[in-house]
Amino acid sequence: METIILFAPLVGALLCGFGWRLFGEAAACWIATGLLFLSAILSWVVFLTFDGTTEQIQILRFIESGSLSTDWAIRLDRLTAIMLVVITTVSSLVHLYSFGYMDHDPQWREGESYKPRFFAYLSFFTFAMLMLVTADNLVQMFFGWEGVGVASYLLIGFYYRKPSANAAAIKAFVVNRVGDFGFALGIFALFFLTDSINFDDIFAAAHDLAATQLTFLWTEWNAANLIAFLLFIGAMGKSAQLFLHTWLPDAMEGPTPVSALIHAATMVTAGVFLVCRMSPVMEFAPEAMAFVTVLGAATAFFAATVGLVQTDIKRVIAYSTCSQLGYMFVAAGVGAYPVAMFHLFTHAWFKAMLFLGAGSVIHGMHHEQDMMNYGGLRKKLPYTFWTMLIGTLAITGVGIPLTGWIGFAGFASKDAVIESAYAAGSGFAFWALVIAALFTSFYSWRLMFLTFWGEPRGDKHTHEHAHERPVVMLLPLGVLRLGAIFAGALWYSSFFGKGNEIITFFGGQYEAPSTELKDAVADRSPKASELKYVMAGEPGDAGVYMAPENTVLHEAHYVPTWVKLSPFVAMLLGFVVAFQFYIRNPSLPKRLAENQRPLYLFLKNKWYFDEIYNFVFIQPALWIGRQLWKRGDGDVIDGTINGVSMGIVPFITRLAGRAQSGYIFTYAFAMVIGIAVLITWMSLSGGAN
Amino acid sequence: MIGLEHYLTVAATLFVIGIFGLFLNRKNIIILLMSIELMLLAVNINLVAFSSFLDDLVGQVFTLFVLTVAAAEAAIGLAILVCFFRNRGTIAVEDVNVMKG
Repeated sequence: METIILFAPLVGALLCGFGWRLFGEAAACWIATGLLFLSAILSWVVFLTFDGTTEQIQILRFIESGSLSTDWAIRLDRLTAIMLVVITTVSSLVHLYSFGYMDHDPQWREGESYKPRFFAYLSFFTFAMLMLVTADNLVQMFFGWEGVGVASYLLIGFYYRKPSANAAAIKAFVVNRVGDFGFALGIFALFFLTDSINFDDIFAAAHDLAATQLTFLWTEWNAANLIAFLLFIGAMGKSAQLFLHTWLPDAMEGPTPVSALIHAATMVTAGVFLVCRMSPVMEFAPEAMAFVTVLGAATAFFAATVGLVQTDIKRVIAYSTCSQLGYMFVAAGVGAYPVAMFHLFTHAWFKAMLFLGAGSVIHGMHHEQDMMNYGGLRKKLPYTFWTMLIGTLAITGVGIPLTGWIGFAGFASKDAVIESAYAAGSGFAFWALVIAALFTSFYSWRLMFLTFWGEPRGDKHTHEHAHERPVVMLLPLGVLRLGAIFAGALWYSSFFGKGNEIITFFGGQYEAPSTELKDAVADRSPKASELKYVMAGEPGDAGVYMAPENTVLHEAHYVPTWVKLSPFVAMLLGFVVAFQFYIRNPSLPKRLAENQRPLYLFLKNKWYFDEIYNFVFIQPALWIGRQLWKRGDGDVIDGTINGVSMGIVPFITRLAGRAQSGYIFTYAFAMVIGIAVLITWMSLSGGAN
Repeated sequence: MIGLEHYLTVAATLFVIGIFGLFLNRKNIIILLMSIELMLLAVNINLVAFSSFLDDLVGQVFTLFVLTVAAAEAAIGLAILVCFFRNRGTIAVEDVNVMKG
């Protein structure tokens, strides 16, 4: 069954991409979509019936070279099962949605065929992503990792007639290479130290890695820390964390379904998945994990501030994605891997939904993306409006405070992240996340108010023709709504409930508590808070590994009440400010932007990251390139060849030509001189003797 | 007594005169041919001298061969010369430089 899940998208991609001339355009697209739905249904069966025990399903021998032995196998554990449902469900819905969205695309001329190509890319992406999450070893994972990179490149640059789309595609690819370099180094280091790239062997060696020292870049490192750090660099690139995030907003050049699938729900979460997958190693690398926490928190804060002032609807959501990924990394960084996966899980639903909703608005508004030209669309696009409203409620984390789980999807998971950050004692991460939650609420409501409330702005004609889209586009929104509303509440106890529930969910063993503590729980006495469940067994036995001394998940439930309330308060504050700014007093934002012009420009220009990178990396690289081209290639190589062939060779031939006088006596003289020299030499050197 | 050295000296002198006749001559191609004959004769004197000195007839047989070849060569050379003169109207060595590079 797992094999079918993995290969159905590949078959779909091949049939659709190469066979559409045979079946016809529509049939090819439906084949790809149908196979994806099959994959999605099977994934849900696997997810719901899975008992947590790690399974390995061998497919074929992959690479054999020396002591490197790689199988292509499916590793099915809880992490994989979670990713399977997220990927296949969102992907199949996006396939369905694309039937509406990609219809009559103004980028293409009449009669041009582009839909099968689009569907083939989508299916291929899904296959690569499944390969990544089902990997049983790092090489296979790297294969999937690069596969999604290629698919992302192809899909960002899908509108290849737009120069900006091509530039964005190249940018995404190049920035990801930086991260991949770190990831590859991490794999090399693991192979160097453990002589294997199979997860089982690596996890078994995790204890030894922590005790090993390694020299790298002339510095002595702890092996576990170094490896965790290098792998995290790979995760940073794929998950658009601070310093390597610049590609994600530009990736919005791609069609909106692509943004929903790749740049919100699945591919960008591969980094989080990697950190959770490598949790047995990460647990032994405290310094690297501290770095993950700080960087995740900084990203969450940074991206949220930039999101405040963007006006392109997709860019706002892109920065929001970047920010939410920061949340996940904080959770993973403090050791609460189930919480990271929880946020990944819920985020996928509501963020895919927000993107698809935004796509619906963009499509309805004839590909207008600037929110300044929207306004008052509530009546025109009622279904989209309700969808986006639910998405906004989910991402801002609306729920009943202190219950923990009664609320929209984002409420349960985001609060869990923030509580974990506080419980781990990371003050910076906690406050950065709470402030980011405030900003999240503000920019999400700002998006809603600018789009759906107020007076229609921009082109009158466009507004008059704005209308709801066909049912294939609305149906996926409806399904994702369910996820955005219920995903948090339904799986709360599995990801962030009692310790034993979490451990069982992830397929681990725990030590039974003492009778005294059991009684305390039964009596509801305060002593019950001492009941901790500790993961037993070796690293790698379960989907994630949490060391016995890692009690973040336990402590996160016993943080002070004000901590539990803080994200809720931040959310309310953000809403009130957005309401004040965009409903009650719409002239206020403009006045504020004028008063605080430097700050506004700083945020509007995304902290000048692009400009700094342009100055520090791109200009010098272009300069070196120009030097190599003009000086190196032009002057040295071409110069040498031209100099030899047009200067030296003709000069020598002129000299040789002058020796050819054409007079017989000259030749005779040369002959005689030659014979004389030859005889002299022979006599002096003794001839044949 | 006239010994081997005298013959060799005469032959060497003739040979050198032939060589100089070859490349000091700038006027006439016929003189070139004559110089070549002179060199061949010098070689013949050498062969005969050594033949008599060593009591070996092979040298004299060889001389007869050389004389035959020289006669043929002179005939062909003069024939070429006649053709050349008909084409170019001159036989001055200075004018024969078609092979100049």
